[in-house]
Amino acid sequence: MPWQENPGRQNPWGKQEFNPEQLIKQFKTMLGAGFSGIWIVVAVILALWGVSCFYTIQPGEVGVIQRFGKFMRITDPGLNLKLPAGIESLTKLRVQYVYTEEFGTRTIQAGIDTEYAPSKQYIDEALMLTGDLNCAVAPWIVQFRIGDPYKFLFKVRDVKKTLRDLSEAVMRQVVGDRSINEVITERLTIATAVKTGLQQAMNDADTGITIVNVELKRTTVPDPVQPSFNEVNQSLQEKERTIYEAREAYNKVVPEASGEAQRVLREAEGYALERINQAKGDAARFVSLFTEYANAKEVTRRRLYLEAMQDVLPKLGMLYIIDPEQGGLLPLLNVEEKLRKEKKP
Amino acid sequence: MKNGALIAVVALLAIFLFGGVFYTVDETEQAIITQFGRPIGVAITEAGLHVKLPFIQKAQFFPKTLLEWNGDPGQIPTQDKTFIYVETFARWRINDPLKYYETVYNELAAQKKLDDILDAASFNFLSSHHLVEAVRNSNRLLEKEVIASAGLADSVQEQIAISLGRSGMNRGILEQAKPKLEKLGIELIDMRIKRINYVDEVRQKVYERMIAERKQISEKFRSEGKGESKKIEGDREKELKRIRSDAYRKAQEVKGKADAEAARIYADAYNKDPEFYSFVKTLDTYRQTLGQDSSLVLSTKSDFLRYLKGFRDVQ
Repeated sequence: MPWQENPGRQNPWGKQEFNPEQLIKQFKTMLGAGFSGIWIVVAVILALWGVSCFYTIQPGEVGVIQRFGKFMRITDPGLNLKLPAGIESLTKLRVQYVYTEEFGTRTIQAGIDTEYAPSKQYIDEALMLTGDLNCAVAPWIVQFRIGDPYKFLFKVRDVKKTLRDLSEAVMRQVVGDRSINEVITERLTIATAVKTGLQQAMNDADTGITIVNVELKRTTVPDPVQPSFNEVNQSLQEKERTIYEAREAYNKVVPEASGEAQRVLREAEGYALERINQAKGDAARFVSLFTEYANAKEVTRRRLYLEAMQDVLPKLGMLYIIDPEQGGLLPLLNVEEKLRKEKKP
Repeated sequence: MKNGALIAVVALLAIFLFGGVFYTVDETEQAIITQFGRPIGVAITEAGLHVKLPFIQKAQFFPKTLLEWNGDPGQIPTQDKTFIYVETFARWRINDPLKYYETVYNELAAQKKLDDILDAASFNFLSSHHLVEAVRNSNRLLEKEVIASAGLADSVQEQIAISLGRSGMNRGILEQAKPKLEKLGIELIDMRIKRINYVDEVRQKVYERMIAERKQISEKFRSEGKGESKKIEGDREKELKRIRSDAYRKAQEVKGKADAEAARIYADAYNKDPEFYSFVKTLDTYRQTLGQDSSLVLSTKSDFLRYLKGFRDVQ
């Protein structure tokens, strides 16, 4: 019953209205006079009833006062007065607190390592069709405050259910207009669109709810399809790996070939230098020789010839000397055979 | 004496409290007054303390707030013969408590009526449209560049133009059901499709399709990788050939120039006396070419041996 509210709270008026000594004296006289106990009971009930006039609203809360069920006023934090129970009733609401509703996921135990319920359990909330008629699993949370206590209390019978139903409807409407790729990659855009749409819907329904935040958790695809989506990622990695490998092979040989080319070029230049120097040397030698030769042609010629013969003849394997005047008396030579014999060993 | 007065007061209070002279209507409620079961007067929608005749009149309370309804039209074949499960919900309020009291009496019956009317309307709408109409909301262009660039035909959608969309369909069902419910004192505020899901067999097929689609994309990536790799390999070969041939060409040019230069130098020198050059060069050649393996037949008439037969001056 209403007068049981705030039991044990002292009535601060008692001390002001009555002198305590007088009160006790009166009490004793009443008892002594043999009054029936009924008056005491009535007095106690009235006192308790009076206590229900006072109530405290904590910071972050508001109190909603109804008189005989009719909405009267909203009171702010602090100590407040109202008509006693039975006439005015009080409902406290935490208007600053941010409430959270979860869809497709449940927090079992919040903490440093927050524990979530197994996602399969609430898959139905998160399973939805995308615009390209694929299935996506998109769990999300909605954070909200009580923006308008009056509407929150009096306009909708089950605000929480309304919020949950509308959240699901709005989320699916937004996801229904996006492809599976967009659902997976553009979570922020979707969350923003849902927040706007949901706030509009909540306003239309007069729920008095202010949406603080809509946040998409990890969006994915249903379990049976998951491996093939992973495979796409893998193949993307594979693609890059293959390309890197090819680049590696390229980088392995091309700079080396450039170096090799430089070497060939240098070598050619070396050859050129050598060739020209040789030519110059040969030419200089010839010119010097020629100068001497021009001075004494005959003698030099003979000398050169004989010097050459001197060099060459001792090295020869065989030297045959014939006298043409002997007239065909050439010695029978088996030159070929001799050569072969020498070459064989 | 005093006891008698007290009893009188308590009795009066009891009549007021329990006999039902006063009744309160909550902010969330509305009430009608029935007399011997028959509703009289107008509905009381104003919250607060109200008075009625005790005992013979009774107050019947109805919620004034927005009420909820959840629908389940069951398995629906859409126009494109896809079987889907649909969940719907609606919000409604009791608009005319008198009519409501007379026609449906209580909320249980009202929910049943809503089931009948709204589920049927949902079924009609969904089964006479393509699934896409219920899923999508607008003709917004979907971003599917991955699939498009894979060169796949968009077999799933064939891009049916969305004429209604989900919100249009919601509106359609609402408009169809609204007049029917007005007769029951019920105002239908909002009607929405909440969830649409494929039935299990269809879902399996959809999964298979999704898997096949992804596989194709994977293969595309792999083959792109291989293609790019081959291209780089080709570049490598080309680059190698270019570098090597370039080097060869330059080397040959350098060598050729050197050869030419050398030839010029030789010519300059040897032109002074070509005959003498050939004499000297030949002698050099003898030195280099004749050796152990050579045999030489010399005539005694040769310049070298002519003194072998005598020391006279031959000339």
